[in-house]
Amino acid sequence: MAEATTTKSPTRNRGLEPSKAGDYRRWLRQMMLIRRFEEKAGEAYSLGKIGGFCHLYIGQEAVAVGSLAVLGPDDYITCSYREHGHALVRGVSARTVMAELFGKADGCSGGKGGSMHLFDASLGFLGGHAIVGGHIPLTTGMAFAIKYRNTSQVAVCYFGEAAVNNGAFHEALNMAALWKLPAVYICENNRYGMGTALERASAIYDISERASSYDMANEVVDGQDVLVVHAAMMRAVQRARADKHPTLLEVRTYRFMGHSMSDPIHGHYRTREEVEGQRKRDPIGVWSQRLIGEGMIDDAAVRAMDQEVAAEVEDAYQFADQAPDPAPEALYTDVYAHP
Amino acid sequence: MNLTYRDALNQALREEMQRDPDVFLMGEEVGVYQGAYKVSRGLLEEFGPMRVVDTPITELGFAGVGVGAAMVGLRPVVEFMTWNFALLAIDQLVNSAAKMRYMSNGQVGVPAVFRGPGGSALQLAAQHSQAFESFYAHIPGLKVVMPATPADAKGLLKSAIRDDDPVIFIEGEMLYNTKGEVPEGEHLVPLGKADVKRAGRDVTIICHSKTVGVALKAAEELAAAEVEAEVLDLRTIRPLDEEAVVTSVARTHRCVVAEEGWPFAGVGAQVVDIIQREVFDELDAPVIRVTGADVPMPYNKHLERAAKVDAARIVAAVNEVLYR
Repeated sequence: MAEATTTKSPTRNRGLEPSKAGDYRRWLRQMMLIRRFEEKAGEAYSLGKIGGFCHLYIGQEAVAVGSLAVLGPDDYITCSYREHGHALVRGVSARTVMAELFGKADGCSGGKGGSMHLFDASLGFLGGHAIVGGHIPLTTGMAFAIKYRNTSQVAVCYFGEAAVNNGAFHEALNMAALWKLPAVYICENNRYGMGTALERASAIYDISERASSYDMANEVVDGQDVLVVHAAMMRAVQRARADKHPTLLEVRTYRFMGHSMSDPIHGHYRTREEVEGQRKRDPIGVWSQRLIGEGMIDDAAVRAMDQEVAAEVEDAYQFADQAPDPAPEALYTDVYAHP
Repeated sequence: MNLTYRDALNQALREEMQRDPDVFLMGEEVGVYQGAYKVSRGLLEEFGPMRVVDTPITELGFAGVGVGAAMVGLRPVVEFMTWNFALLAIDQLVNSAAKMRYMSNGQVGVPAVFRGPGGSALQLAAQHSQAFESFYAHIPGLKVVMPATPADAKGLLKSAIRDDDPVIFIEGEMLYNTKGEVPEGEHLVPLGKADVKRAGRDVTIICHSKTVGVALKAAEELAAAEVEAEVLDLRTIRPLDEEAVVTSVARTHRCVVAEEGWPFAGVGAQVVDIIQREVFDELDAPVIRVTGADVPMPYNKHLERAAKVDAARIVAAVNEVLYR
């Protein structure tokens, strides 16, 4: 391989840096915010306030938090349909994300996108996309635009492991490597594409190996450890900005909830024991214990932080509940720029 | 200037790339090979490989690359070697390009042109001879443009590139060598405007793309029999120029709609719907559609001829609406 590097085992979690304690506490808070937000979204769904499909991110919080922390304000981000957490971390307010789930005019997509299509162009948050794999070429296109304009931005794409068997994944990664584009492809391997285990869908189990087909740098990353995710993302983003070379990160994580609201936590395709075993590596628990152990936070502060994010989520819920529906005329707006 | 349809398209691309540095061309064989149909001849030499991008044979992938680049403000012209191959990219055209503006509540547009040859050619058989405009025209968020003449090819392509919405630009595969007068320099034909290619008072023949030439030939034959047919070229399928359709049919009171595509849910079905809704009382006869045969295109040249729209079939349809 010319430029590609492969790390086969999860990167070791190195020591914490005292000067970054503020960042570390912020990451914990962001993960806790996602957790509380998603719990509330699940509750709102069961009350009929959220319709359609709703895919919760609980269990995977460290992936969005650790990776998005590396990006700058001009970078581009696209996600799959399990993207509430990414939107929150990127800075879309809990109010406007919740309002979007409620289909309200004050939602970040005006109530016309819903849970699967969150957008905030002002933050470079260019969508939740809901055809598996379909947004991966879009990211390659954004990375192409970065190269075309010769800026130092990076384009980042989040998708699940089920997308890697899709043609769009291969086509997009091949072109990114062929043209040396500043992209980072983040495969959140949560082990199941809906109810199909990775081993029942993919001929090879190390998704990172797929990158070798394109001579692309790649790493396997422990997705339950926010610091490990952050370190891997630092390397990938540096490679994109400085070397204009893309990276595939296979971030191994686990979805603690069902695929969507209609899917029970365990049942046909995974056992209660498996889920409970995975829950022992809850990314929020792992990180809060680490920070407490290092003396960077204490129990009382963690509890206070939890109360703070719970209040933020409650405020978002009330805001969404009281926000107006889109005006009837919105049905026909924004189909075309110039009809 | 007398130019071929191919060179008129080339001129439009060159002028728009000179005018706007955000415009670039990508697709299979557009650069080094100079274009499978030579539409992009000379562009690589003039603009370099960053703006004339040869892609792998990966329609889904590079259509998505075009959409992604457009989402962040570039103005890609994505060439499909033919629209037959674009079927592999239809998810990107329908789910990404067409819907991005709506589902982002107007935050993210896709100012891209997807272009290439469509329609039937000669003995290319089932997978290389088909007309897909009705597929794309079905989709809110897309515009569908189909020039029939070199002048329209240039003027419509320039307008399509400047348009802020995704445009499906379907060129006639059999039209590339046709010649006509093309205005030099800034020649813009607005999207959504039909054009009377031949004026007449007795019957309106509504058509687009390659069928325009067929209809003009039919009109000539009819003129010999003292029937003055008006040939209305839609030019843009979506947005469709309803006013031009209504105005012409209200004057002639009789109408034939011709297209290369299959009959079921075709463009003509939409045109007929407009006519029955808007000018029902003006009609002196039911509108008749002339379409490609409702079969996959056969290879054998006699069967192929029987599957295509020709002047004789249009003349027969006109005679029928005139009760002659």
